[in-house]
Amino acid sequence: MLAYKYNPIVLTVSGAVSPFIMLFGLYVIFHGHYSPGGGFQGGTMLAAALLLIRLAAGYDLAQLQFRRIWGTPLGSIGVLIYFGTGLTAMLSGGEFLNYAFLPFPGLSAPELRSLGILMVEIGVGLAVMAILVAIYDDLLEEYPDD
Amino acid sequence: MKIVNWLLLIAFGALLIYGTTGLPNRGDAGAGMHSTRSLVDSPGASSFYIRNALRDAKTPNMVTVILADYRGFDTLGEETVILTAGLICFLVLRRRKKPLKNSR
Repeated sequence: MLAYKYNPIVLTVSGAVSPFIMLFGLYVIFHGHYSPGGGFQGGTMLAAALLLIRLAAGYDLAQLQFRRIWGTPLGSIGVLIYFGTGLTAMLSGGEFLNYAFLPFPGLSAPELRSLGILMVEIGVGLAVMAILVAIYDDLLEEYPDD
Repeated sequence: MKIVNWLLLIAFGALLIYGTTGLPNRGDAGAGMHSTRSLVDSPGASSFYIRNALRDAKTPNMVTVILADYRGFDTLGEETVILTAGLICFLVLRRRKKPLKNSR
């Protein structure tokens, strides 16, 4: 069945390339406060890796990698990570989103701010990736065989 | 009608080119936007960011410090907008399970 419906060359090359795109996306998210990058850019790269498999393998097979139903909840979790970081700082005695008050002992205020930036970038990256894939899946809903 | 479109296009283009004559030279350290006090004598934001980003957050990438720390509320709103866009896409495009009653 697969041999007749999908181009094996496209599928093989996409399967080989997609992990490297994911790895670069993760690098952009986690290294984004030391070099150009960040959550928005890294999130789109992660989404591109997932959408590449959807384009190459078709909708049904790609569900094994990232199920459609995961999109919106993961996006919400990303926003909650961002909001939770700010709320944690507020519960620890500071202002909302003032990362200097995050409850990690032994770190100075600039280091805590750097850590807070990393945490919110992770939330942004997760939300961007999930929402982009969710939008693609919603648009494709009328063509389930593709 | 095409001549009107062309005239409008040329007029707006000329207006933009005229506007560029008021911009400072690239790399001009004395330009007003680099000053610690703006032209109306209020504190200059970009100068503050440039001088304090590395010290405040121990992060070399100044853009990320501004985006996620100084302007953290703005980025939280932006992320919420993205989530809302995804939800709206879902609501508008989702397939209805049953046909609507009294559909024409």
